[in-house]
Amino acid sequence: MKFNKKRAAGSAKINTASLPDIVFMLLFFFMVATTMREVTIKVKNSTPSASEVEKLTKKNLVSYIYVGAPVSALQDEFGTATRLQLNDAFKSKDDVRAFVETERNKLYEDDKAKMIVSIKADRDVKMGIITDVKQELRKANALKLTYSTRKKAADDKGDLN
Amino acid sequence: MARKSRETPEINAGSMADIAFLLLIFFLVTTTMDSDSGISIKLPPWEDKPQENETKYKARNVLEVLVNSNNQLLVEGELLKVNQLRDKTKKFITNYGADENLSVSPDKAIVSLKNDRATSYKTYIDVQNELKAAYREVREAYSLSKYGRKYDQLNPTQEEEVQNKFPQKISEAEPETIGKE
Repeated sequence: MKFNKKRAAGSAKINTASLPDIVFMLLFFFMVATTMREVTIKVKNSTPSASEVEKLTKKNLVSYIYVGAPVSALQDEFGTATRLQLNDAFKSKDDVRAFVETERNKLYEDDKAKMIVSIKADRDVKMGIITDVKQELRKANALKLTYSTRKKAADDKGDLN
Repeated sequence: MARKSRETPEINAGSMADIAFLLLIFFLVTTTMDSDSGISIKLPPWEDKPQENETKYKARNVLEVLVNSNNQLLVEGELLKVNQLRDKTKKFITNYGADENLSVSPDKAIVSLKNDRATSYKTYIDVQNELKAAYREVREAYSLSKYGRKYDQLNPTQEEEVQNKFPQKISEAEPETIGKE
């Protein structure tokens, strides 16, 4: 019996016919599992972690308010003081009500009462500005609020401070 | 003239993978993976005139939690660390009138949270988290002893019963401005 058959001179061709299928599968996975980036975040945004978190399932009901110091690339222009970001621009707390109104008008009539505002604040922010935002939200009658946090294990009892 | 073959000519699919890769990379760049999660609270409706209804509640039914500008915690006049707050709150809720300084019954218990404008957001979240955790653990223990099941496995009527037994009343007072922001 002859074991070593004569090989063809060139290297053997790999069949790549299924490669598009594999890549399409990956593509669909990412299309389903991810969400579109809607705004460019201009403030530092490392949210604190907490264990008692709830997931926000209905993305379309949620409006985001970003709070934090401007990112280092923008600090020359805007300084290092804590800023409020609504959509794509730095705003003051007086604009919160108008922002809530426009966001609410984007929703269907049935969903307007279910609107949720999510505050994405940096962990180094002071409570003063958060309180101001909360008061504005109360005035705008947007009473469902979540503090965006990362998940951590339930038995972690905070930091020792 | 040459006869046309019956079979349809093959389409060259060699570039299909390239096209798909291009799309894939586009989606990788423009989308984010993080699912959003957070601590949910409900704000009280806005009132033009702040009401003084603190006096309606007996002092023993209110757990006063103060956070100052140095992120220190004062619970019922006692300096505590954040990691002690959970046990303190649980003791306060599940007192059932035993200790005369703590709550009469769980449904009358109110946690009053007051912070300074210079309190750091992280500390505030830690405190909120501990209070929520205390309520969750109390509800968990109750549903295990009564129904033999975890709280999130109860049916809706049972869940409502547990919620009514231990309503989560966390009231937030207007913050003071003592520390520098």
